[in-house]
Amino acid sequence: MKLLDEFHGIRDDPYTYGKKLKAERNRKIIGYFCSYTPEEIIYAAGIHPMRLFGAQGEITLADTHFQAYCCSLVRGALEGALKGKLNFLDGTVFPHTCDSIQRLSDVWRLNTSFGFFADVVLPVKLNSESARRYMTDVLSKFRNNLEKGFGRRIEDQHLRKAIDTYNHIRTYLEQIYSLHSENPHIISGSDVYAIVRASMIMDRDDLLDKLPAVVEGIKRGDTDADNGTKKRILLVGGICNHPDVYRILEKSGGSVIWDDLCTGSRYFSGIIDNSGDPVESLANRYMERPVCPAKHLSVKSRGEHLVNLVKEKEADGVIFLLLKFCDPHAFDYPHMKEYCNRQGIPCMVLEIEDRLPTEGQLLTRFETFMHML
Amino acid sequence: MSRFMKDLLIYCLAKAKKAKLGLSKNKGMRDIMTVYYMEAKTARLSRRKVAWITSGGPVEPLIAMDIIPVYPENHGAMIGASKMGAELCEKAEEMGYSRDLCSYARSDISCATVNGGPIGGLPRPDMLVCCNNICGTVLKWYEIQARYFNVPLFILDTPFCHTEYAEEMKRYVKRQIEEYLVFLEDVCGRKLNHATMEKVGRLSVEGQQLWQAVLDTAANRPSPMTAFDAFFHLALIVTLRGTQITVDYYRNLLKTLNDKVEKGIGAVPNERYRLLWDNLPIWYRLRWLSKKFAEHDACLVADTYTTAWCGTLKYMDENKFLDSMAEAYTRIYLNIGIDEMAKTVMDMIDKYHVDGFVMHSNRSCKPYSLGQYDIRRIVQEEKGIPCLVIEADMTDERNFSESQVATRINAFMEMIKERKG
Ligand code: SF4
Ligand code: SF4
Ligand code: SF4
Repeated sequence: MKLLDEFHGIRDDPYTYGKKLKAERNRKIIGYFCSYTPEEIIYAAGIHPMRLFGAQGEITLADTHFQAYCCSLVRGALEGALKGKLNFLDGTVFPHTCDSIQRLSDVWRLNTSFGFFADVVLPVKLNSESARRYMTDVLSKFRNNLEKGFGRRIEDQHLRKAIDTYNHIRTYLEQIYSLHSENPHIISGSDVYAIVRASMIMDRDDLLDKLPAVVEGIKRGDTDADNGTKKRILLVGGICNHPDVYRILEKSGGSVIWDDLCTGSRYFSGIIDNSGDPVESLANRYMERPVCPAKHLSVKSRGEHLVNLVKEKEADGVIFLLLKFCDPHAFDYPHMKEYCNRQGIPCMVLEIEDRLPTEGQLLTRFETFMHML
Repeated sequence: MSRFMKDLLIYCLAKAKKAKLGLSKNKGMRDIMTVYYMEAKTARLSRRKVAWITSGGPVEPLIAMDIIPVYPENHGAMIGASKMGAELCEKAEEMGYSRDLCSYARSDISCATVNGGPIGGLPRPDMLVCCNNICGTVLKWYEIQARYFNVPLFILDTPFCHTEYAEEMKRYVKRQIEEYLVFLEDVCGRKLNHATMEKVGRLSVEGQQLWQAVLDTAANRPSPMTAFDAFFHLALIVTLRGTQITVDYYRNLLKTLNDKVEKGIGAVPNERYRLLWDNLPIWYRLRWLSKKFAEHDACLVADTYTTAWCGTLKYMDENKFLDSMAEAYTRIYLNIGIDEMAKTVMDMIDKYHVDGFVMHSNRSCKPYSLGQYDIRRIVQEEKGIPCLVIEADMTDERNFSESQVATRINAFMEMIKERKG
């Protein structure tokens, strides 16, 4: 489908897209690294929220700030900034999650200058009334900071419009996931991945203009995926920075039919009730959204969520995608695996340092796993 | 011998020891810690409840409720000092935990399943109290133990203070302190006695003041103590903060140290160079490191780690302990931005007349170690003293290369000697 070329292009080269957006449309752009960023508030201020994924490739400049035992996301993020790849930004936002990103925020504040800077120190605990109140306070504060930083008012009506826009975007993305999950032959996993990834980068109004046509195109069968039988795989982890995973997996006879990733379903799950106070509504989504392991909902929530997803999406197996040196996910892996074992759900783990194993190696590992299913 | 009989025996031994030692007389650290662990291990027999709590967690309400606090991190330090870290960490890796995770967490998680380690495992908890003011690791670690032991978990969520301790944080933490007390009352099925709580609060502040005074003696030349001594004496302010025993112990220690100061006795015989240590101790190489520095006539006069247990005294009000606790527990050294950490470091450099800064880049502890390079840069720029980074791990000795560290220390000391003469 021709339309998808644009999504692939943006996913492949987000920086060029960002620069163009700035140069041609004079947009203010705020970069962020984590799916707990309250994008709706940024959007409501008329600023473009753009998700960053960190520079891939060799790390040199960031080495003077971070030890080698720091995850490649954090190191890559700083590398990108220090190399000047992010100069189109007007600011950055750091929601609080893990110990590493927490220190990235400090180092960023002290060593870069993109204009606006904010920490959004969210609660870690998401299961109490006091945490909910605190979450609302923190989001309100971020709203004020943005207003001050950019000298513009963010009215409730702007927030409502933003929530509405995001509700639509999220609904479309979920629909695309569902279409693919119902029929993995209708569109390839790589295409689905490109759509979701690009959605975090693109101007959201443009995106919302394009998504209906994408959904229609998929339904019509304009997209192509190969026709071999596919094992249904659930991909679980933090973020996935590696489009090749989807392609190689399909080559091996599998397909990612759903995920629990921040570059996937965690981004779009949770439609916001837009009738109450908008900031409270935003807070509620974060309190209820499938949880990141750096946050706490209950000691069982992530395991249960995983098992439910497997059942609901009729997955044949689970692949855990772990980034080396990523503590929160590494701590959760053994018990998530145990949840799978108890339910007889086959799983495998793929640990990635900063780049994937060679295609041959990865293919062999995937094939071995597919044979087990 | 049945498990019960064994426990009973240990319990009786503890009682006997306690009787012999007397409660308020001065006792050695090892005796106090032995009795403490024996009491904890036999809590079932004395019908007391056991709470596992993080090292930066608010222990005072537990003491006031007569709940025995147990510190998995202190246990981790003991495991490290007994050189059992690598083995237990390996066991955790077999359980699926990555080698890159905190070695305290790894060794405790595996230890719980085999009752291994230097004291045959920690006593089973009745509840878990996790304060995330030190790191996000403890959150995951306590979740794991909450599942394993199937006991209630209380999380005191102390928002990270990158640049400020904001109003909304204050409100949030204060509310949680109230929730914490309710949690304890629920688990214990009885009410907190507020008079006792006040008393414990006062003792806690007094203990911290004394601990600060103990550390302050190192400002003298020569210093009567080294950071290695501080690592040893630290145990009480961590585990038994808010008790009379702790106050007595540090008062006595302070007296001994002041005597030494008066007589001009230094901890390092020919103290010429004074160093500041950053990050957790390398528990399995303390003696070696201490000798290594002493060989160069260098005394580690202070460290950023042990000061953390008195570093927020400025926010504490002994007369309004519960109220001030929220701020004091939120603004500890590891819960602030690296620029503020660097400031703390530089204040210590001035206070203790420091000639060089030794940073332990600790693979296990990301919140402590990530950002160190920037702190080093700030310190070098503003204080112009040499800084050394040692790559190691506090408990997992597989991440320590003696020859490499020795070479680096020697080179660093040469630099200092050249500068100072
Ligand atoms: S896994 Fe957690 S820290 Fe990472 S992007 Fe998602 S929410 Fe943020
Ligand atoms: S959650 Fe993991 S991958 Fe993300 S910044 Fe933290 S350590 Fe890195
Ligand atoms: S050593 Fe560091 S990571 Fe481990 S529990 Fe202590 S503060 Fe947390």
